[in-house]
Amino acid sequence: MRIEGKEQIWKEYQKEIPNDDFFYVRSCIRQNLFPASEVIFLKILREELSKTIYETPHHTTCGGIGYHSDIVPIETVMTIIARQFALMTEAGFENYACSCITSFGLYSEIIETWNHFPELLEKTRKSLKEATGREFNIPKHLAHASDVIYKVRNEIAEKAKYKLINKHTGKPLKVVEHIGCHYSKMFPNKGIGGAEYPYVLTGMVEAWGGEIVDYPERRHCCGFGFRQYLVQANRGYSLANTHKKFESMEPFEPDMIITNCPGCPFFLDRWQYVIAETEGKCYGAKGQGIPVFTYEEVAGMVLGYDPWDLGLQVHQIAVEPLLDKIGIPYNPETKYQGLNGKDLGKPELPKNICSC
Amino acid sequence: MINFGYKRNESATLDLDVDNSELYKKLLKEEPSAATCISCGTCASTCSTGQFTDFNLRKIMLLCKRGDTQSLEPIINRCMLCGKCQFACPKGLNTRHIVLILNKHLHAGKIS
Repeated sequence: MRIEGKEQIWKEYQKEIPNDDFFYVRSCIRQNLFPASEVIFLKILREELSKTIYETPHHTTCGGIGYHSDIVPIETVMTIIARQFALMTEAGFENYACSCITSFGLYSEIIETWNHFPELLEKTRKSLKEATGREFNIPKHLAHASDVIYKVRNEIAEKAKYKLINKHTGKPLKVVEHIGCHYSKMFPNKGIGGAEYPYVLTGMVEAWGGEIVDYPERRHCCGFGFRQYLVQANRGYSLANTHKKFESMEPFEPDMIITNCPGCPFFLDRWQYVIAETEGKCYGAKGQGIPVFTYEEVAGMVLGYDPWDLGLQVHQIAVEPLLDKIGIPYNPETKYQGLNGKDLGKPELPKNICSC
Repeated sequence: MINFGYKRNESATLDLDVDNSELYKKLLKEEPSAATCISCGTCASTCSTGQFTDFNLRKIMLLCKRGDTQSLEPIINRCMLCGKCQFACPKGLNTRHIVLILNKHLHAGKIS
């Protein structure tokens, strides 16, 4: 597709993202998989950009994983989400930002359902009132956390200590962007750039000096897909999806992958190890794998945060080769140290994929 | 190499211009509950045979709907008919009857 065509689509799919004052909810699984991403998001907005962003320990899951696994019925999900909105309303906020793509898709779906079926909204209000005594307003603006970082991408670029540029060649790093399916495939007008050519991560990469790789399977699912992975018997399908993407991107020799979903970075990262251990196939230069990052981690990297404070040591694919390319310093001695210098122990290294 | 208990599925192409639903129609006629399968995979998860072979009832239902009788034929008779999957099925499908029907038609030379 010609770039003029993409720009035309991107112009059509724009959404209003507030500049400040967000009520923030975390993901169920991201803190286990990429432990520093949400903390870094809050740190960047609060400390670097002086934004107001509020979170409460009283918020719960949105119910998305149970809903998409056919375990939790939609009426229950509506009431759970209504309670989240009630917490926002009680805190005095109108702008709702969520860390998880599945949550974002589910919030969009439920709000759209309430718009089309007002009687369900009334039923939910009644259920919530009876169960908890709470009342709620629907958010004025619903944003995914990557929308917020997209909004402030140029401010981050101004404060950046590093750029997504190969210091040895002076050329932009080749970056694969992977958008979570539930970001805009269900509701194209809720995402920046629509469903076919979402711009949210591309905008960040371009602002921070990198170059996007446009490869054939760019919009293909990462392979999570809930029941593809949750049932062991189906995991071959999950692996097949990821394999299809890597086979498609491999000829373009990407330096890194950036994602905006809880599941995508996990599967794109871990399945490289599983493919290497089951088929002996390693992607990336020298069989080192292609490192996968969340957008918060990339923002933290360009801002010059310590890679180990960003949690990059828990990635399956080692990040050191990429840090060397950009010129970001790191201390190998402290890689596996926790808070206060506590030794966390060194993990066993994989056999069929190069590691650091 | 490590055995994780699963391996990558090979890509497959489905020709939607060719209608080969003869076997599935026969199955529905003899066991109508087959139409309510939601492909959740609970049957495959609980299957004793599946622990040791490639037998997977969810996959068998999928191949049947696709009309892929060639892939079905060598695996359908691996079922021991223990019925564990029938206890686990959330939709209450008569899974043993499904396997017996498919076995009968596939090996009686009625389906080419």
